Amino acid sequence: MTGLLEGKRLLITGVITDASIAFHVAKVAQEQGAQVVLTGFGRLRLVETIAKRLPEPAPVIELDVTNDEHLDTLATRVAEHVDGLDGVLHSIAYGPPSTLGEDFLAAPWQDVATAVQVSAYSLKSLTTACLPLMPHGGSVVGMDFDARVAWPAYNWMGVAKAALESTTRYLARDLGPRGVRVNLVAAGPVRTMAAKSIPGFSELDSAWEKRAPLGWDVTDPTPVAKACCALLSDWFPATTGSMVWVDGGVHALGM
Amino acid sequence: MSNEEILKELRAIVEEVAGVSPEDITEEKSFVDDLDVDSLSMVEIAVQAEDKFGVKIPDDQLANLKTVGDAVSYIATNK
Repeated sequence: MTGLLEGKRLLITGVITDASIAFHVAKVAQEQGAQVVLTGFGRLRLVETIAKRLPEPAPVIELDVTNDEHLDTLATRVAEHVDGLDGVLHSIAYGPPSTLGEDFLAAPWQDVATAVQVSAYSLKSLTTACLPLMPHGGSVVGMDFDARVAWPAYNWMGVAKAALESTTRYLARDLGPRGVRVNLVAAGPVRTMAAKSIPGFSELDSAWEKRAPLGWDVTDPTPVAKACCALLSDWFPATTGSMVWVDGGVHALGM
Repeated sequence: MSNEEILKELRAIVEEVAGVSPEDITEEKSFVDDLDVDSLSMVEIAVQAEDKFGVKIPDDQLANLKTVGDAVSYIATNK
């Protein structure tokens, strides 16, 4: 049987450990026939070690999405490994400590600005940096946490995710004519390094597992990874500017 | 592999990842309080140790490894 992503060339950001959602997207993508290039931030040696744990060891390129030189040279550096891209996974977010789990009313603008730049504006930066490699279109997928409502602890990262959702719609508008689709996967909580570093966020875990009509396992990133791979494939050809919930169905309930 | 050999290898990993001088890395030292190892460095030390010793260190176990000695005995028991 041919894989869902046979022959696809994907750039996957956001791998830091083998618990990262991005790691599982890379794994499922390779199992489905894709060729994967990873980007790493800060802890390159760690990302390189983790990259060797994929079914096929993947090359790692350094990328700080706030660094213009990194962005300007990204296409050239990716092209050393693949002759173009069919898809990009954006799995990048950061907020200084004041923006997450602390007093929402006390976070200074500079910290909020950092959260929005790294977590939302970077979808635009990453996508435009990759455009030269997608002359015939492609699929960009970002990781969201439903920002229509307020959550415990998530605070200014929720605001940044609202900006990410809006950025997705504007990118969909402007890149549709080039055949580039831009969508988000709004996942339920998954116990990653990033999630564990948000004080108080784990309160959501047990509540989610109880409420989800389909059930929810915070230790299993595979359902989220599969949805990302589906959106990166050719099977959502007319879908852009959308947000797909992969949350066990929690978003559909009022109470 | 004896505990001394594990300590020797672990010392090299901690030095490489966290830049701690090997002579400071003794069994009674706490990674966080004495050696100033942050959470991502701890993860990296665990990942390198997994590859080096062929052990699996799940996150919930990693949280229990407070001192260098805790890590040595975990590795000795589980490898």
